[in-house]
Amino acid sequence: MSFFSTLINGLSLGGIYALIALGYTMVYGIAKMLNFAHGDIIMVGAYAIVTTLGLGLHPLAAIVAAVIVCTLLGIATEAFAYRPLRGASPLAVLITAIGVSYLLQSIAQMIYGSQGIPVTLGAFGAVSVFGTSIQISSLITLGLCVIIMTALTLFVNNTRVGCAMLAVSEDKAAAQLMGINVNAIITLTFAIGSALAAFASTFYLMQIPSASPTLGSMPGIKAFTAAVIGGIGSIPGAMIGGILLGVIEKLALSFPALAPYTTAIEFALLIIILLVKPTGLLGKKRREKV
Amino acid sequence: MAIKTSVKPKIKNCTNYFIVGAFFLVFLIIDLASGGLRNSSSILLTKIAYSIILAVSLNIVVGFLGELSLGHAGFMCVGAYIGCFFENILADIIPSKILLIIAAMIIGGLAAALSGIVIGIPTLRLKGDYLAIATLAFGEIVRTIFKNQAVFGGALGLTTHRYGKSLWIIAFAVVFICLFITQNLMLSKQGRAIKAIRDNEIAARAMGVNVTYYKMVAFVISAFFAGIAGVIYGNLISPVSNTFFDFNYSIEILVMVVLGGMGNITGSILAATVLTFVNVKLTTQLSGDLAALKNLIYALILIVIVVYNNAPALRGLREKLDFFKFVTGLKEKLFKKKPGDSEPPSTASWDKIPTKIDMDALLSTDVTPDKSFEADKSASRRKE
Repeated sequence: MSFFSTLINGLSLGGIYALIALGYTMVYGIAKMLNFAHGDIIMVGAYAIVTTLGLGLHPLAAIVAAVIVCTLLGIATEAFAYRPLRGASPLAVLITAIGVSYLLQSIAQMIYGSQGIPVTLGAFGAVSVFGTSIQISSLITLGLCVIIMTALTLFVNNTRVGCAMLAVSEDKAAAQLMGINVNAIITLTFAIGSALAAFASTFYLMQIPSASPTLGSMPGIKAFTAAVIGGIGSIPGAMIGGILLGVIEKLALSFPALAPYTTAIEFALLIIILLVKPTGLLGKKRREKV
Repeated sequence: MAIKTSVKPKIKNCTNYFIVGAFFLVFLIIDLASGGLRNSSSILLTKIAYSIILAVSLNIVVGFLGELSLGHAGFMCVGAYIGCFFENILADIIPSKILLIIAAMIIGGLAAALSGIVIGIPTLRLKGDYLAIATLAFGEIVRTIFKNQAVFGGALGLTTHRYGKSLWIIAFAVVFICLFITQNLMLSKQGRAIKAIRDNEIAARAMGVNVTYYKMVAFVISAFFAGIAGVIYGNLISPVSNTFFDFNYSIEILVMVVLGGMGNITGSILAATVLTFVNVKLTTQLSGDLAALKNLIYALILIVIVVYNNAPALRGLREKLDFFKFVTGLKEKLFKKKPGDSEPPSTASWDKIPTKIDMDALLSTDVTPDKSFEADKSASRRKE
């Protein structure tokens, strides 16, 4: 494996992390909560793809199904588990999110079993660029991630609803006084975050074609790390953090001496960045008031 | 007004010793009367004991210091690996089984405490969610490192000495020591400083509390006991595998603390006992994919209890169903005060003044247009 193909693989993995990290960071920015169940929404998306493909439908239909299922699930978890706790202590919300995560995992395990189910989302070959072979699936992932992230940035910065989201994340009470329906915006944020997670699960299955109940937990934690590295609450931060983490993971895996310690390196990077810049790379510093 | 200087003996603390002591004695008597407990019971008791140690020690950080730690299993991992590694070495030198495990516990605990210092120096500057994610990262780093060291058995895990059936007695002895140290710490000057940091860090700093130092004290003591719990685990189960100490286990300990009530040691003890019991029983009863049912029940209990205890909308219901209020109400009805009893002096109780106004909570309450206010306005307009 040459450096160039490793880099492309890293970028595409980073794109997946960035998509998941966007879900974390948007929810954190707006609802001020760590949605630990976000990783498991990816897992549900993967099973939605497995089920639709099992019905003999086209892979594109499977992706659409995954997006719909994940979006509805995101809205449902927000409505039933998190909305009653609006205004409660952050730790209580965190524990509930963990509860939701366990719940989704155990339901998936009861329906589909704990063994991995193989998934094929179409066969992609490899293409030769500058003499090194590159997986086409990596290129597709990378390209689509860039398109999705550009669309999201445009949506947030240039539409009225996007501005409302920014306003709510800035100051919830002031946004409400300006006539913004805060509850609707929070629901919308969960919906968008979950839809991004569905895309992430599609790309994830293109790289690792097997669905299992714990599929989402490790990418979830890593994407969360990426969101914190980039500065949680910041949308460009999540993208940068995700891509950085993906590239570092693939680079570390390409050196035999470092490969076993990949996870340790990634988390050590998080601690180092938090030490140098406690709010993450692009995080805003909040002045402490007495 | 005379200032009370004598501190009343805290009945609450005796309850904890009493609960654990009674629990321990019941099983000790069963043990002696029936000529030895069944193997499964002694394993269950040991698991309960180390869960109590973990929950109580995590409560120091989460409940009393008020910082969220998601890496408690990481400290346990350090204790289990280092403690049991040295136990294997020392086995040839120390012939007595009890002395050997005590030495291993001290080494494991100190190793975990040392790792607590190493990780605490950089991360304790962080706050809230950031500290939580940094401790999570620490747990994963520790696990990855131990997984890749051939000295510690690599991915297969470290083969350890099993202590045998009577391990549970030693484990409960450690529970008592842990309770004694934790409770006395919380009643001491250091404990008050730690609680002051939780209630209002800025105010505590302004009053001259060395915040960094006391955060470190809480963190290191908590890590020390987690390390000891790790050694107990290592003497129960062999080989010690890194997969046990993953993020989910840290969460499981946190769940015990939260369900028991943060800052409530009795609650931690009860929650750790009940959850461990339920966990072990469900795991042995359900096999294969039905094991997921265990997690399902666990998750539902968790969500329902947390939502019930914390949802602002359910405050009225909570007050109506409050068990303790019901008991005190019953007491008042049964033992009506005689008219001769002197009323307590109506001086302002200084310790009840809220030190911290939760602005976030105030701001995040829904601002819906008040109908009565509108009606008032139109009424006053009509007057004009």
